Amino acid sequence: MSEIAQELTVTAAAFRSGAMPVTKVTRKLWQQAAGDLSRGLITLLSLWADHKAVYMALLNEDTKHIGVLRLDIRRDDFPSVSQFHAPAGRLERAISDLFGIRPDGADDTRPWLDHGRWQISHPLGATEPAEGPVVYEFLPIEGESLHQVAVGPVHAGIIEPGHFRITVQGETVVRLEVRLGYTHKGTDSLMVGAAPERGAMLAARTSGDSTVAYGWAFAQAVEAALGTEVPERAIWLRALMAELERLANHLGDIGGICNDAAFGMMLAQCSVLRERVLRASMQSFGHRLMRDIIIPGGVARDLDDEGHRALLALVASIRAAFPSIVALYDRTASLLDRTVSTGVLKPALARRFGAGGYVGRASGRDFDSRRDIPYAPYDRLTFEVPKRDEGDVDARIWIRIREVEQSLSIIMQILHQLPGGPIHTPAVPVGQPRQGLGLVEGFRGDILIWVALDAKGRVARCHMRDPSWFQWPLLEAVIEGNIIADFPLCNKSFNCSYSGHDL
Amino acid sequence: MRKFLIDGLTRRPLTEPKPDPVDAAIEELGQKIHNHLYRRLGRSLSIRLVDAGSCNGCELEINALSNPFYDLERFGLRFVASPRHADVLMVTGPITRNMAEALRRTFDAMPEPKWVVAIGDCARDGGCFAGSYAIVGGLDAIVPVDLHIPGCPPNPTELLQGLLPLLESVEAG
Ligand code: SF4
Repeated sequence: MSEIAQELTVTAAAFRSGAMPVTKVTRKLWQQAAGDLSRGLITLLSLWADHKAVYMALLNEDTKHIGVLRLDIRRDDFPSVSQFHAPAGRLERAISDLFGIRPDGADDTRPWLDHGRWQISHPLGATEPAEGPVVYEFLPIEGESLHQVAVGPVHAGIIEPGHFRITVQGETVVRLEVRLGYTHKGTDSLMVGAAPERGAMLAARTSGDSTVAYGWAFAQAVEAALGTEVPERAIWLRALMAELERLANHLGDIGGICNDAAFGMMLAQCSVLRERVLRASMQSFGHRLMRDIIIPGGVARDLDDEGHRALLALVASIRAAFPSIVALYDRTASLLDRTVSTGVLKPALARRFGAGGYVGRASGRDFDSRRDIPYAPYDRLTFEVPKRDEGDVDARIWIRIREVEQSLSIIMQILHQLPGGPIHTPAVPVGQPRQGLGLVEGFRGDILIWVALDAKGRVARCHMRDPSWFQWPLLEAVIEGNIIADFPLCNKSFNCSYSGHDL
Repeated sequence: MRKFLIDGLTRRPLTEPKPDPVDAAIEELGQKIHNHLYRRLGRSLSIRLVDAGSCNGCELEINALSNPFYDLERFGLRFVASPRHADVLMVTGPITRNMAEALRRTFDAMPEPKWVVAIGDCARDGGCFAGSYAIVGGLDAIVPVDLHIPGCPPNPTELLQGLLPLLESVEAG
């Protein structure tokens, strides 16, 4: 048992109902934590900075306790975590881009979010005029008969922008290097000084497909910081929306992945179901993506009888149609030929990166924050967390299929048990600075949001960590040795967020 | 698989007008779009989409236009992979500085005549993200804009409705 693991004492119940305690550490202890991470004794939940300190959120996977370590910055650097633990690498590069604080000892010091086009550098730290666009140095490639394919940032389809540098030997991918940051909107800087209501709007626009999950995680963080007691009904409605969001995304993904294996019928069938979810969401919550419905203190809109009926009908229609779609997938040999044993993510790597969502659960990482770091109302709902060990595209599809079934069940449970009462209570400032942590299971995995409020209750710092931060590097790993034609398939099976990552 | 094929032959398609007001409206809009296109251009319209830093919400709804409920192509609108095949450039997002050059280059690669449509609140003036160091703030700072369709995100019906004025103004090229 490591010393650091023992420092992680905060239970889910504790940080979900009150301000998040922070443990101040020395450089030595900080380094020790990095060492423990590299030995797999603890899991990195996130790494971020403000203008005075760097922070590390950690999880002890055995006890499910968490902790936030804080290291004050003395000069303008901190001991690099990534030199021991690779998953921290891009988070560190983002810190140095935004704050000008250097990870001392890091192997990779290339800029990440900053493409030299912002006109300023270190927008959240000691800001200086920028020198102009930089030429990004991709990792050097040496070897016989290698060939590079560069894709993006403008892609052929209707998807988000990013750049993929694929090195192939014949048809086989030797290395994929991803370059991101194209959708960087400077959300962190807009958060500074924002009232919680505006903060919630920004959070809800971090990744459009996870707008409910982000809204919820942000609200959780603010409510925990202020000790706000959210009305029961609001909590249940939040979960209802979160499951509808999961349902819509998983249905879209199942179809989308199969479409990338050139099997369009699955896409057509699944997109019909997805559209039904969006229409039912519109009927019950007034917005197809249910954006801005979750607000700090509760929800902005109640569910009426018509909405209730629309959701019952939705569940019935999906339950009627989904099994034959699953059977279609399972019985089409030419499709399975593409998905089985393609893009294998090894369990050890998934664990090391703390991969959340279907990426982790398809590779043996039995973790779901709804169950393991529980929050209401999931502690009163019955559901299973599916897990597979194969780690291939097929397994990532099956996890989604099982989660669709679980979400349908959860939605029914909520509709049957939905308590009455008010749906909002004001989140009142407490007259002193406070900090809170939100952790919500989005469809992609656990979303972490850290919010520090000033004495007036405005946001002093907000850090949002999308699950994609730990999934993008894994995509690079799994594609190795696959044929280049399978890249879209692998990519879609991960379906990482660009905007959620670039912020 | 056989079941789906047989169902496909025997069941009424989802795109048929239904009591659902959304579907009825789509059908009507689509016919209008179709009529305009063939009167003015004599062919279908090719659209190239560029995400210039959107939250992905706008893309989700633009993608929904291709699902069997809306089935955009039947009205003569289609999304193409290359800007060289496109008549219309659709742009989403608050135009991040990191995407500005790629966007400009995509526009330059399109043949004349061409039109630009800004999708969503962000693309007008940065929307929620206005004032950030990381965005240009408004599509018209980079390329000339012919039309703006508001919403966060605009839903499929609003997208089709929003496109009509553009088609009304399109002259045969
Ligand atoms: S307009 Fe709304 S949905 Fe569209 S990119 Fe902007 S925030 Fe996202």
